Amino acid sequence: MNAPGKVEATTWIGRSVERLEDPPLVTGRGRFAGDISFPHQLHMRIVRSNHAHGRIVGIDTAAAKALPGVVAVWTAADIADVPPVDFREGRIERLEPWRQPVLATDRVRYVGDPVAAVFAESAYVAEDAADLVTMEIEELPLLLDARDEPGEFSPGRSTEAIVLRQGYGDVDAVMRTAHAVVDLELSVGRHSGVPLETRGAIGRYDASRDMLELHGAAKVPHRNRDLLARMLKRSPSSISVHEAHVGGGFGIRGELYPEDVLVCVAAMRLGRPVKWIEDRREHLICANHSRQQTHRIKAGVAADGRILAIDDEFWHDQGAYVRTHATRVAMMVCGILPGPYRVPAYRSVGHFRLTNKTPAATYRAPGRYETTFIRERLVDAIAHRLGIDAIAVRRKNLITKEDMPYHVPLEVLGEAVHMDTGDYAALLDKVLAAADWPNLQAALEARRAKGELVGASVAMFIEKSGLGPSDGARVSVDTSGAVELVTGGASIGQGFETVMAQVCAETLGVDYRTVRVVHGQTDRIAFGIGAHASRATVMTASATHNAALKLRDKALEYASGMLQAPVDALAIVGGKVVRTDRGASPSISLGEIAAGLAPTSKTRGSREPGLSAEGWFDTEHQVYPYGTHLAVARVDRETGGVTIERYVIGYDIGRAINPMLVNGQIVGGFTQGLGGALFEEFIYSERGDPLSASFADYVMPTAHETPRVEVILTEEAPTPLNPLGIKGAGESGITGVGAVIASAVEAAIGMPGAITALPITPQRLKRILDGRR
Amino acid sequence: MKPAPFRHYAPATVDEAVALLARLAPEDGRILAGGQSLVPTMAFRLARPPHLIDINGITALGRLAVENGKLAIGACVRHAAFHRPPVDGPLGALLARVVRHIAHYPIRTRGTFCGSVANADPASEWCTLAVALGAEMVAQSARGSRVIPADKFFAGIMTTALAEDELLTEVRLPLLPAGTRTGFYEFSRRAGDFAIAMALATYRVEGGKIVDPRVAVGGAEPHPRRIAEAEQALAGQAPGPAAFTAAAERAAAAVDPMEDVNNSADYRRDLVRAVTRRALEQADKAGQ
Repeated sequence: MNAPGKVEATTWIGRSVERLEDPPLVTGRGRFAGDISFPHQLHMRIVRSNHAHGRIVGIDTAAAKALPGVVAVWTAADIADVPPVDFREGRIERLEPWRQPVLATDRVRYVGDPVAAVFAESAYVAEDAADLVTMEIEELPLLLDARDEPGEFSPGRSTEAIVLRQGYGDVDAVMRTAHAVVDLELSVGRHSGVPLETRGAIGRYDASRDMLELHGAAKVPHRNRDLLARMLKRSPSSISVHEAHVGGGFGIRGELYPEDVLVCVAAMRLGRPVKWIEDRREHLICANHSRQQTHRIKAGVAADGRILAIDDEFWHDQGAYVRTHATRVAMMVCGILPGPYRVPAYRSVGHFRLTNKTPAATYRAPGRYETTFIRERLVDAIAHRLGIDAIAVRRKNLITKEDMPYHVPLEVLGEAVHMDTGDYAALLDKVLAAADWPNLQAALEARRAKGELVGASVAMFIEKSGLGPSDGARVSVDTSGAVELVTGGASIGQGFETVMAQVCAETLGVDYRTVRVVHGQTDRIAFGIGAHASRATVMTASATHNAALKLRDKALEYASGMLQAPVDALAIVGGKVVRTDRGASPSISLGEIAAGLAPTSKTRGSREPGLSAEGWFDTEHQVYPYGTHLAVARVDRETGGVTIERYVIGYDIGRAINPMLVNGQIVGGFTQGLGGALFEEFIYSERGDPLSASFADYVMPTAHETPRVEVILTEEAPTPLNPLGIKGAGESGITGVGAVIASAVEAAIGMPGAITALPITPQRLKRILDGRR
Repeated sequence: MKPAPFRHYAPATVDEAVALLARLAPEDGRILAGGQSLVPTMAFRLARPPHLIDINGITALGRLAVENGKLAIGACVRHAAFHRPPVDGPLGALLARVVRHIAHYPIRTRGTFCGSVANADPASEWCTLAVALGAEMVAQSARGSRVIPADKFFAGIMTTALAEDELLTEVRLPLLPAGTRTGFYEFSRRAGDFAIAMALATYRVEGGKIVDPRVAVGGAEPHPRRIAEAEQALAGQAPGPAAFTAAAERAAAAVDPMEDVNNSADYRRDLVRAVTRRALEQADKAGQ
C-alpha cells in the first residue's frame, strides 16, 4: 500500500487532450497496409476490363503464365466455387442476381471490372504479366445515365434492380389543394471519398492452425470476417481479420471488395501469403463511388410558407453492381429527406438503377449530403416563389424543441426515425448571430451594388449517428496498473483510441495515457460493428463506460476489504483507490488490486480471478444531432470561379468527449464537402471510359482552396439514449456543404433557381452566367 | 503503377549523352531530367521507354548565368532556382512571379526549366514565357549544335522542332530593359493545376505610350504563341482600361481554342479575354 495522496478528481471527458495515436504516425513508425509483409509472399495484380460493357469471348493468359516469376494467373473459371461478393448485413435474396462476381464471369460491366488475377514473385513482375493477358470482348449496348430507359443487366433481368418507396399521408390530395406547388429537377454529381492511403489486402493462411488471416482491414473487420466465412464456407472462428493504421476511410475503405476475397482464396490455394496494394488509378475506377442521383421533387405549400407535402422521385445511379451495402444509400435518401422540417405528407420513390460505371455505395454522410442539397434547394425555391425570406420559411417549418422526441413514420438504416432531442431554431440563431447576419447582408448588398457577385446563405440538416444495435468492450488492468481496453470498434484515423481512453479513464479514475486501446482485431474480441455511421463514440464509448463501471465496482469491492472502509467512502484517483472521507489515509493501487485478484493470490477469496470486466451497450435508436452551415461566396464573373470567403458551422453534439477531435472531424468533413460542391466529379466518355482516373483529373480541394472554418460546437441537447449523452460527429462537417454553397452562389449571382446541379464547376457556372444553359 | 522494364544510363558529359541519344532514340530512348512529367506517365505505362538517358549527373548542365545580355538556363536547372529572382531587373522579378504557378513545391524542387520547354505541354508557364520573351533554344546532338528561336520551336501539343537525337542543353532568355512592365495571369481549377488559359504581357511606357508590347497566350491552343492582334491594339496607346480591354478582346477573337471534356472553346475564349486583361492590368500596377 502506498503513502496517502492528494484526493483530486481527474476529468478527461470534454477535454481537448492530445491524441494517443500520434507518436508513431509523426515519427514515421506507422504501420499501414503497405507496411505489412510476410516471408515468401506473392504479389497480386488485377487485370481489369477496358470495356464498359461486353460479353467475354475469350481471355488468353498463356503469355502471362510463361513469364518468369509468375506463379499463377486466374480467371473466373479458376474460382468457380467462390460466390459473388455478398451483402454485409446478411442475405438479401431478391438483390442477389446483381452482386459483383469476384472475377467477371460472362460479362464485363464497367471499365475496371476485375477479369483475371496474376500472382507473382514481385509487384513489378505481376504488373508486367498482367500486361500480357489479352481478352476478346464483344461489345454490348452501354448504359451510362440512370435517367435513361433501363436495359438488360443479364438475360431476363432489368438494370432497374428495385424501386424503393417510403412515405406517409395522402400526398396527391394535399398537392391538389395546396396554395402553390413548387417543383424542381436537381442532380448531385458522382464523387466519393478518396483516402490518402489506397486500399490494400494481405491474405495469409496458416495451415498448422487452419487459420485464415486478412490484414489491411478497416471500418468493419468483424462484419467482413463473417461475410468471408459465409462466402468461403469456413467457420467465423477460423478467420481472423486485422486492422492496422488506416489512412482515411470515409465509408468507402474497409468494405469487402473482390480483391479482399481473392487474396484470401489465393493464400489458401497457393500456400503462400498474398499481398495486394491498390494503385491510385485502380482506386479511382474501382473503389466505391457515391452520390450520383437526379431528383424530381415537388412541394405543396401554404401561402405563409408552410410545407404541406413533399413528393420526390429520384434516379439513383448505382453503377455496375450492387455491392456490400445493397440499397442502403438510396433507402437512406427516402428516409431522411424531410430533415429538420415538419412535413405532413411525404412520398419518396427511388429508382435504384445499374449503369456501366464503377459501382457506388456509401461515402461520408451518405444520403444526407444529397438530400440536404435537394431539400434546402427546395426550401430556397419555396421562399422565392412565395416572396418570403428563405430563413423565415425555414423557421416556419422547423421541428421545435417542444415537439421532441419527434417520430417520423420513415426508416433509416432499418430503424424508425426518432429525433431524440434538439432545438434547431436556437442553433440557427447562434449561427446567424456569429455571422452578424443583418450587417453581413447589408455589407454584401453594398458590394453587389458596386458590381461584385457576392452572397450568403444558410442550410440546415439533421444527422443520424450511433448506429446500434449493440457494442461490447472488455477492460482489464494488469499488475503494473496498465489498462487494456479491447473493443470491437475500428480506427480510421478519427482519434478512436484517444476518445475511448478518455471515457475509460474518466470512469476508472486513471490517466488516459495509461489506457491501451485495442480495435479492429477479430481474434481479440468476438463481436464488433466497427467504425461507420458516426457510431464509434456513441456505441463503443458507451460500452466502454459500462465496462469501466463494472471494473471500478470490482476494484472498490476488493479495496474495501483491504482498506477496512465502506465502498461508498472510496474513489479511484490517479490509478489508486483512496478514501474520500478522510485526509491522510492508506491507499491501494489498481496494479496491487490486480495482483490481489490473481488466480494464485491468497487474498482473492472466492472472487472471480483477474481485475477485468466486460460491458455492453444496447440501443434501439440512433441519435439525431443537427447542424446549420452558413457560407459567403464570391463569384468571378469572367471565369466562373467561386471563392468561399467565409464559412460557419454550428453543430450540436450533445456532449463532446474531445472538442479538438470533433473540430477536426467537422473541418475535415467540410473540406470533402467543398470537393463535392465545387470540384470533384467522376466523368466518363461516351464509351464509358473513366476520365477522372488520376489526381490531375479528379480535382480535390487543397489547402489553397479551403477557407478557414468557424465551428460553433454546442452541447444544448445531450441525448437521453446513452449514459454520457453523446451524439456522433463524423459526418456533420460535410452534410450541409453542397446545399449552402449552391445557395450562396445563387445569392451571389442573383439568379434564383439557377443552380440545379453539383458540382458547380467554373465552366458550368460561366454558362449559367452567360445564359447559355 | 510500376513502370515497364527500362535500362538506365548515367552519362557524365553532354557528348556522352548525345552519343547515347543518337544510338537509343530510334528505339524510343528518352532523356530523363527532372522526371516530373515522364515518370508519372511511365508509372501509368502510358510511356514505356526501354532506355532512359539520365542527364542529372552532368554538372555542366546546372549552369544559370548571364552572358551577352541573356540569362542562360542549363538543362538541369530546377524550377526552384527561380523562387528568388536569379537576376536583377524585370526579368528576374517576372521569373520569380511565374514560377509560383508551376505545380507544387516538391515538383518545383525536381522538375527543370528546360525539361518543361522540351516537353512542350500547352499549359506550360515556361513555354509561354519563352515565346513571349523570344527565347533561344540551344539544341545539341552528335551532329553538332544549333540555336532555335522560340517562334520556330513549338509545333503543337507536346511537339517541338527538336530532332529525336537532339538534347535541349540550354534556353537563353534576353534580359528585359529597365522599366519593362510585366504581368502574368492564369486560371486553373486549383492552385498548381494545369492552367486552362494563361497570358503573359510585357511592355514599356515612353512618353505616356505603350512601346514594344508583347502578349503571349498559353493553355488555350496546342502551343503558346504571341498574339499580334493584341499587341497591335496596345502599341502607341496609353496604358489603361481602354487599351487593355481592346487588347483582351483582340486576343479572344484571335485564338482558336482547344476543346476537351470539361472546357468548351467558348469557355476558353472567355478565359483568354479575362487572363489577357488581367495580365496587362498586373503589368500596369507593377509599373506604377
